[in-house]
Amino acid sequence: MSDQSKTSAPKPRARRVTWLILSAGILIGILFWGGFNTAMEATNTEQFCISCHEMKVNVYQEYTDTIHYTNRTGVRATCPDCHVPKDWVHKIVRKIQASNELYHHFKGDVDTPEKFEAQRIRLAQNVWRTMKATDSRECRNCHDFESMNYNKQESRSSQSHQDAEDAGLTCIDCHKGIAHQLPMEYDPEQDAPGQSIFYSVRD
Amino acid sequence: MNRSVAAMLLGLAATGLASAIAAEDVTSLRGRAVTDESDPAVNKPTVAVPGGFALGWEKQPPMIPHPIDKYSIDLRQNGCLKCHSPATFEIAKAPKVGDSHFFDRDGVKLDHLAPRRYFCTQCHAPQTGAIPLVENVFEGR
Ligand code: HEC
Ligand code: HEC
Ligand code: HEC
Ligand code: HEC
Ligand code: HEC
Repeated sequence: MSDQSKTSAPKPRARRVTWLILSAGILIGILFWGGFNTAMEATNTEQFCISCHEMKVNVYQEYTDTIHYTNRTGVRATCPDCHVPKDWVHKIVRKIQASNELYHHFKGDVDTPEKFEAQRIRLAQNVWRTMKATDSRECRNCHDFESMNYNKQESRSSQSHQDAEDAGLTCIDCHKGIAHQLPMEYDPEQDAPGQSIFYSVRD
Repeated sequence: MNRSVAAMLLGLAATGLASAIAAEDVTSLRGRAVTDESDPAVNKPTVAVPGGFALGWEKQPPMIPHPIDKYSIDLRQNGCLKCHSPATFEIAKAPKVGDSHFFDRDGVKLDHLAPRRYFCTQCHAPQTGAIPLVENVFEGR
């Protein structure tokens, strides 16, 4: 009788240890996960983006002149709204890419406006290629053809937007340079929607 | 001696005059200094007019029938050419820049936009739909 109870149910002490390990694991898990997500959130603010002066003196300054910074209704698009995906998997991938940007920051590769300008075409093309590949996913988090009232748009806009989807075009095909100055090498004549040369890698 | 004193006086008078008519003191017909950027008239949004504006006379630079605040014309590039250049106008469904824009002042045809036509807004202006302050008696054609 007593033998049987020995084998079937574990000792109260062993059970307590198991519980302890389990709850400690859960607790540490929560802490890490929370800390991780807090770090993710903290690095996903405009304040963080412009805490490095490369961003502050160049692209941020230009962005403050645009409609995504200040407009009639006061709804704003911040750096991460356009540059960091919303869903978890794509967000992690983007954050890992960003570690490479930190490397260049500490090496001082773009630490003067001149150095930044020299790299701008390459940086801009990275963004254009990504947005082309994702069908301008980040723009579409806020803007949506379905919700556009074409009667309220300018005729140039409504015509282009109605044609766009049939022609397989996406926002970035027609809206480069909406938030920052365009690179010196960018030539609008060679960027006709659908015939742009700026998605292929230059040397 | 006399002459240099006269020159000096003249110079003094000129600087006095210049500061007297400095731009801040010049008020426009709207009753504000022309340099006053808080003037609501200066900040009126430009209008979009499908089909464009009628011309007042032949060879008039047509007025711009759409807002242009999004397009820069600077050292880097001319944003208007995204839609109005011979290479892009068909796709953008926009009128091509006038043929005259490809001739230099000696009448020689260039294979690119003439530099003297680079700053489009020198001749073409967007419109705000403001109420005119003085009656326009120009007959047109
Ligand atoms: C966080 C939301 C958000 C994101 C992301 C966003 N936008 Fe916007 N966008 C806005 C708001 C808000 C306005 C201003 C609306 C208003 O007040 O007229 C605007 C305005 C615009 C305009 C009108 C400009 C003008 O001068 O009339 C364009 C074009 C535009 N966005 C394109 C884009 C493109 C292209 C992207 C992607 C690269 C993008 N937007 C991403 C919110 C966003
Ligand atoms: C085929 C080219 C084309 C595509 C693709 C395109 N647009 Fe546009 N869009 C235009 C043109 C042309 C205008 C009017 C002129 C301008 O803004 O320069 C315009 C204007 C706008 C405006 C201002 C509307 C107004 O009249 O006030 C917004 C907002 C906008 N686009 C957002 C977007 C978004 C978001 C996408 C992607 C979902 C997109 N556009 C895709 C060509 C395009
Ligand atoms: C409305 C969307 C939008 C917002 C908001 C925005 N960007 Fe961008 N960003 C773009 C696009 C589109 C490009 C690609 C280049 C172009 O078209 O100007 C770009 C390019 C860049 C580049 C590459 C260099 C260059 O000039 O092309 C950097 C760096 C950058 N952005 C940083 C920022 C920072 C920092 C902020 C916040 C202060 C910010 N962006 C806000 C859309 C945006
Ligand atoms: C996004 C494309 C686009 C851009 C960029 C653009 N335009 Fe236009 N423009 C048009 C279209 C389309 C029309 C015809 C509008 C209509 O008739 O309804 C037009 C009409 C005009 C006209 C009237 C022509 C006529 O015969 O009546 C002038 C002038 C003009 N634009 C000048 C400019 C200038 C200057 C710039 C740069 C500051 C510029 N445009 C930028 C698309 C554009
Ligand atoms: C020196 C003055 C001047 C400058 C600068 C200038 N234009 Fe013109 N533009 C004219 C005149 C005058 C006309 C009408 C006669 C003609 O077609 O040449 C005209 C006509 C046009 C037309 C209508 C053509 C048509 O067939 O109806 C467009 C579009 C236009 N210009 C766009 C531009 C653009 C874009 C720029 C800048 C790249 C520009 N213009 C610079 C004077 C100018």
